[in-house]
Amino acid sequence: MDLYEHQAKELFGRHGIPVPAGRVATTPAQAGAIAAELNAPVVIKAQVKTGGRGKAGGIRTAAGPVTAEVEADRVLGMDIKGHVARSVLVETATVPFEEYYAAFLVDRAEGGFLAMVSSQGGMEIEELAATDPDALVRLPVDPVAGVDAETARALAAKAGLPEQAAETLEKLWRVLVAEDALLVEVNPLICTTDQRIVALDGKVTLDDNSAFRHSWEQEEHADGLEARARAKGLNYVKLDGEVGVIGNGAGLVMSTLDVVAGAGAAPANFLDIGGGASAKVMADGLEIILDDPDVRSVLVNVFGGITACDAVANGIVTALELLGERGHGRPIVVRLDGNNAEVGRRILSDARHPAVRQVSTMDGAAGTAARLAAGA
Amino acid sequence: MAIFLTKDSRVLVQGMTGAEGSRHTARMLAAGTDIVAGVTPGKGGRSVDFGERTVPVFGSVAEAMTETGADVSVVFVPPRFTGSAVEEAVEAGIPLCVVITEGVPVHDAVRFRALASGRTRIIGPNCPGLISPGQSSAGIIPADITSAGRIGLVSKSGTLTYQLMYELRDLGFSTAVGIGGDPVIGTTHIDCLQAFQEDPGTDAIVMIGEIGGDAEERAAAYIAANVTKPVVAYVAGFTAPEGKTMGHAGAIVSGSSGTAQAKKEALEAVGVRVGRTPSETARLLRATREGGSP
Repeated sequence: MDLYEHQAKELFGRHGIPVPAGRVATTPAQAGAIAAELNAPVVIKAQVKTGGRGKAGGIRTAAGPVTAEVEADRVLGMDIKGHVARSVLVETATVPFEEYYAAFLVDRAEGGFLAMVSSQGGMEIEELAATDPDALVRLPVDPVAGVDAETARALAAKAGLPEQAAETLEKLWRVLVAEDALLVEVNPLICTTDQRIVALDGKVTLDDNSAFRHSWEQEEHADGLEARARAKGLNYVKLDGEVGVIGNGAGLVMSTLDVVAGAGAAPANFLDIGGGASAKVMADGLEIILDDPDVRSVLVNVFGGITACDAVANGIVTALELLGERGHGRPIVVRLDGNNAEVGRRILSDARHPAVRQVSTMDGAAGTAARLAAGA
Repeated sequence: MAIFLTKDSRVLVQGMTGAEGSRHTARMLAAGTDIVAGVTPGKGGRSVDFGERTVPVFGSVAEAMTETGADVSVVFVPPRFTGSAVEEAVEAGIPLCVVITEGVPVHDAVRFRALASGRTRIIGPNCPGLISPGQSSAGIIPADITSAGRIGLVSKSGTLTYQLMYELRDLGFSTAVGIGGDPVIGTTHIDCLQAFQEDPGTDAIVMIGEIGGDAEERAAAYIAANVTKPVVAYVAGFTAPEGKTMGHAGAIVSGSSGTAQAKKEALEAVGVRVGRTPSETARLLRATREGGSP
């Protein structure tokens, strides 16, 4: 889960990392009130989980409450690369004397942790890595020993950061560990003219798997179908196409989307119903997919591994009974293969449901679903 | 022959007395696995009757290893206890630890991976385990969809593993390894490629990847330098949008990195043929055996 900048900064503040004074606002009036409270020139920052806000006009300065209200009105509702700014962070404008880059993250390739620090902050890190790779210090962090004061001092020195930045680096590492983060990034980390170190921006990705040992607040603005699917415990991602897809296993479902695309159609969603594939889960899944007005045909692609196909077929039959007329007659193409596939196919053909068609191969089923979605 | 797991492997199950653990222990026994012990803290001294075999339960991995000679552990404990269960197995010096559990915190995986370095091979977490058909199964891969043979398979995805095992069931497999879909895993594509290259019982290799990270690109570089046996590959997730996690915690395209297209190109650049669908991948594998085109 990616955090918004204001959430990341709240975490930083809690761990003793200096951040500019400020608060989040969802209306221009609130933004004006916060600016009045701060009683100083402010920055209005669009809260979206994507980069390039500055270039898109999502970061603006205001001399006081009146301009803050006007600027917040311009930023709120702004669409930045498909992300709508539903809130803005209003904070005291802080002028950097120098800008640095600092991050700790999970290094997938090495299966460990990595520190990345540079005295050249401010620009996108991919850009820095490409233009001036020597300016970016990358050091693996021992996952058991971690980053202590000494390691942090060495890291700051190696990257050419002032000595007082070491303490912030150590605290940033503690944020990663204490919050089970996959990434903590500050860009820019600044030194002010009066020699203070301040985190001017913040990006934090938390590990959803560790939610059980934290009490994070969720602030999500998900698509309606995605939110409904999540409430039912379904692993669903809405996409732009017209062929609804249900399958078992993340890899097989991703593969099914690709095969649908290869057949000339576009998948409407990703939906993994997992290993069990009970009638209830199948019904919940079919219901979400058939409630998507973009869906013109449905492809159910199940490989019976642990779960036998007869159980899956019974699940589909029960699901269709539960749904009744709600399918609106859209065709459902089913491909069952693997464990007990023949029994499963017989159960489906005996049920004679008017919407269901069976195709025995994955490629063939995707082709049929694509044709049916195109109205052929 | 096979890699990592053979008919001589003596398997213990951590979490055997739980619902998932006992269900899959019965299945592993049916697949021919030599299950010698269960481990559940606080439940040592009991035993569980699986019909054909009664399996003793021990309170610790160390005790189970001493008493039974177990050399493989399969972990079915819930996510919040997985980290300490794996660390216990590593401390006890088990040579192979297969972590089936889905939803293990990444920080826990990083930690046990570091502790295991040079001592224990970890497979997973969030994986279906591995099977050497006709010999042994450690995990949840169905044993009855394929047969023993000379193909090696390594995959991030469970169901795609099953799909390919089924499509190539007439040829059969030496070992199929599901390495798991999490961002941090113990055994990588490269580890398996190396083992298959060295295994006299493996003639050809199927490698299945998916979006996220750069494991497939690294595997491609490894193949170019070290693998002489034929390798065919499949990559899932060409249609995955940027920034969305597709089921597996590690399956995410970040910016322009981790895309299926980049992985396919990296593999093809070193001469690995990449199927557009699982079925085509199976045909490509057959073609390597016949020496012709698919």
